[in-house]
Amino acid sequence: MSKFKKKANTKQDIPTSALPDIIFMLLFFFMVTTVLREVTINVKQRIPDATQLRKLQRKSLVSYLYIGEPKKTDQWGSEPRVQANDVFIEPSDVILWVTTEKDKLNEVERDQITIAMKVDREAKRGLVADVELELRKANARKLLYTTLQEMDE
Amino acid sequence: MARNKGRDKPEINSSSMADIAFLLLIFFLVTTTIANDRGLSLQLPPNPEDIENIDIKIPERNLFKIQINSADRMLVEGEPFERDVKELREMIKEFVLNNGRDPESSDTPKEAIVSLKTDRGTSQEKYIEVLDEIQGAYYDMYAARIGVTNKQWRELASDLTDPENKRLYDEGRGLKDGQLEFPMNVSIAEPTKIGG
Repeated sequence: MSKFKKKANTKQDIPTSALPDIIFMLLFFFMVTTVLREVTINVKQRIPDATQLRKLQRKSLVSYLYIGEPKKTDQWGSEPRVQANDVFIEPSDVILWVTTEKDKLNEVERDQITIAMKVDREAKRGLVADVELELRKANARKLLYTTLQEMDE
Repeated sequence: MARNKGRDKPEINSSSMADIAFLLLIFFLVTTTIANDRGLSLQLPPNPEDIENIDIKIPERNLFKIQINSADRMLVEGEPFERDVKELREMIKEFVLNNGRDPESSDTPKEAIVSLKTDRGTSQEKYIEVLDEIQGAYYDMYAARIGVTNKQWRELASDLTDPENKRLYDEGRGLKDGQLEFPMNVSIAEPTKIGG
């Protein structure tokens, strides 16, 4: 035998032919469980937990309001703001916004509009109550505070 | 190549399938969100400009007062409340179902009112936590009245187009002659301006 060991010269390729299948599975999962985003949310949203969750009855009759500290604090400050449809609004603009949202609906269904409020946990009750007062004036009294399901310990 | 003639079938190179799949996956990850359409449902009181009679005398015994200040500390029935918020649920149920037994507690469920007063500086988190327990107490009571679980009550209350659900919903709330014997009297008062 020679003094030098002979190196075995074999290569083993791991077959990656199953990779596309795995990716397609992930893709189908995301296609089925998600919804295309329509509005970019510009406020911090750390949604509180709760146990008494109820579902929205009809998704077509819902309008969303996002309340929280703006993400871009240097541009918008660190005080919690209200966002509706991509822009920041003041509580006084809420009545006009509600009328616009109601106009998008059928005559008959206008009274059943539900306002879904996605409020950050640190947002102050004062701002939320101002918005609620304007909603009462605009006769949009069905409200839903979006919350996440609290996990039972 | 006389031996290999006719054996090797030409195949389309499918090595880029993974790349296409990755591209689609990244597209969906970036442009979609997991929809969240669940939360605490609430009916706001009417427009304050429309309310005519402001002075209705409510006896102290029929009012269960919960107050939260701007530091998220609570006063329940005038006493500082340092216990777990979850204990509120039993306290509220005891209050509503009193039916006149304890002279300090409510007369009937119909007249019992739970009042939640916050401050402008109260955090939404605390407010939701307390509202959750108040609603939990009422939903538990309604569910017990018709013999279902709290979860089943919430599910049937969310779909009143089904006549059976509507019937159970009305029965739980005690709908008799157009009046509710067991209304969900939760009064959310205007926040005080004391704290920040």
